[in-house]
Amino acid sequence: MEEFHKNLDFDDNDSILVFEKLCKHYHLGQVELKVLRNIDLTINKGDYVAIMGPSGSGKSTLLNMIGCLDRPTSGKYILAGQDVSLLDDDRLSLIRGLHIGFIFQSFNLISQLNIIENIEVPMYYQGISEYESAARAEELAALVGLSDRLKHRPTELSGGQQQRVAIARALVNDPLIILADEPTGNLDSESGAEILAILEHLHEQGKTLIVITHDDNIARHSEKQIHLLDGRIQRQAYSR
Amino acid sequence: MLLFRLKRTVKLGIKSLWIHRLRSTLTTLGIIFGVSSVIAMLAIGEGASQHAQEQIARLGSLNIIIRTVEPPEEQNVTGQEQSFQEYGLTYKDAERLRSSIPNVEVVVPIRRLAQQAWYRNRKVAVEVIGTVPWHLETSPIRLERGRFLASVDMNYKQDICIIDERVIDELFAFDDPLDQDLKIASDYYRVVGIVSAQSPVSTARGVENEIAEVKRQSGANAGNIYIPLTTVKDRFGEMKIQLSGESGASVEKVELQEIIIKVAAMEQVLPTRETLDTLLNRFHKKDDYQITVPLELLRQARRTQRIFSIVLGSIAAISLLVGGIGIMNIMLATVSERTREIGIRRALGAKKRDIVFQFLSETLILTLAGGLLGIVLGSTIPYLVTYFGNMPTVITGGSLLLSFGISGAVGITFGLYPAYRAANMDPIESLRHE
Repeated sequence: MEEFHKNLDFDDNDSILVFEKLCKHYHLGQVELKVLRNIDLTINKGDYVAIMGPSGSGKSTLLNMIGCLDRPTSGKYILAGQDVSLLDDDRLSLIRGLHIGFIFQSFNLISQLNIIENIEVPMYYQGISEYESAARAEELAALVGLSDRLKHRPTELSGGQQQRVAIARALVNDPLIILADEPTGNLDSESGAEILAILEHLHEQGKTLIVITHDDNIARHSEKQIHLLDGRIQRQAYSR
Repeated sequence: MLLFRLKRTVKLGIKSLWIHRLRSTLTTLGIIFGVSSVIAMLAIGEGASQHAQEQIARLGSLNIIIRTVEPPEEQNVTGQEQSFQEYGLTYKDAERLRSSIPNVEVVVPIRRLAQQAWYRNRKVAVEVIGTVPWHLETSPIRLERGRFLASVDMNYKQDICIIDERVIDELFAFDDPLDQDLKIASDYYRVVGIVSAQSPVSTARGVENEIAEVKRQSGANAGNIYIPLTTVKDRFGEMKIQLSGESGASVEKVELQEIIIKVAAMEQVLPTRETLDTLLNRFHKKDDYQITVPLELLRQARRTQRIFSIVLGSIAAISLLVGGIGIMNIMLATVSERTREIGIRRALGAKKRDIVFQFLSETLILTLAGGLLGIVLGSTIPYLVTYFGNMPTVITGGSLLLSFGISGAVGITFGLYPAYRAANMDPIESLRHE
């Protein structure tokens, strides 16, 4: 396992994520549903990428692929130089914990835990000591401006605050990729703008961001937009 | 590292159980009652068994007891009013047993009489036991003060007696009983010794009936008075005359009420019993004696005890099983309720075994807490049973450990499946779960 960690450390290669002819098929009874078809994609370190497309275009499946929640039917997924498309469940869990920071549309905080404990969850599974993880969690809570709410329950916070907790949680293990699924979808425009500002800030710090959205407003913030349609990359566009 | 994880997992487990306090408490009740019933049942069973075995052991496991019993009534056509019956064990029997049966170490012929003893103006019903100096070898009673019978007392038919502590309690309020004179029937006997009281034998059912027989003959007696057998024969004779109706009377002649035989070793008890039965049978035409072997009773009691334990144990085990199923049921509900949480944890890096560990430890916390509370409750029940039900109970450390172990095992058994189900849920599906 130790060795594997090292392998996933950065090599000179700038491309963090490479999809080679990635396909994902589902079987619904007799019908084979081709959700992703021959996706070729490269995302470099420090990129801010928006994946867009109408519903049913395969956005969610692509998100699950990038997040190592699912394995491709065929093709390769190379994460930081390592082929992860054939790894077993334990290895995938490890990669998720260490290298992917998830931000969900519905925040997905654990309601029984308070803010600080929620932020600590990913560190817990990496066996980081209680003392160290508490310190790190506080630091990140401060970064997203929630230092005064550490002992509160998620239900006592507004949506925007909850999403900020989720961002802090996504950052704790200093992941390779921050993967956000409609991060402003459940928020009013003001809180949404706050969240986008934080994402922008992270991008400026050199984090790699992948945001899945159908909101053009969000996509405008990103450097690169990938449009999906019917499981294929329809077009890639660069703004700025 | 592992310890640190364990600590946090337990903390987390307690936290989520605490959120559903009522549910957790109700679930734990099953285990609490299961465990406490295991402990209580074992304690009651063990108590009954120890008590019975004690009683039987008191009769002496090396002893064989032969008792005179009244033979079945014969149809006596001629003289309904006046009858004469001679039956029971005799001095000759005792002599024959002593001289002709191997392995016999001690033979104690005993005569029992229901009498009243007087001291000054106090009166008490007693059982007079005519016996021999070596009586103590076959009996659990101990000499407390003074002396027991001696052969000189036998030879000279001395008017002496040894009384037990119960007689002292009844008759001698403030006086020292030693060297006082007691009046039994029409004669005076000097008290030369005091022995411990033979506690009233009961509980062991077989023995109980036989002893109760003697008790009935003698009425409620306050204690035993031991007198040399030869003296008893001289003073009280062997006839028992009962007047019935106006002119009718029945006369019974019984020489000895009891012969106690002690053999050298445990394994000789049963063979010797056979031999002496054969021997006695040759000289007794009537069915007028009965042989009791405490060892046999002891074995019987142990067999009964084993069955008793199995039955009680099964009932308790079933209640634990039901408790375990209740826990599994709740855990399955908890798992499906927390599907989304499981999905979140999986996305944030939890391996399957982390999830298994989390839910299994919750179940274990429930069952072990139930086990501890069950031990507390289960340890109090036997005291209540002893206090109110007047039944002896014995809580063994083994039963506490056993039931705690069982509750842990129940936790693992019934927690494993829900935990396994939680771990194997598809993270994508669970994240989508509302």
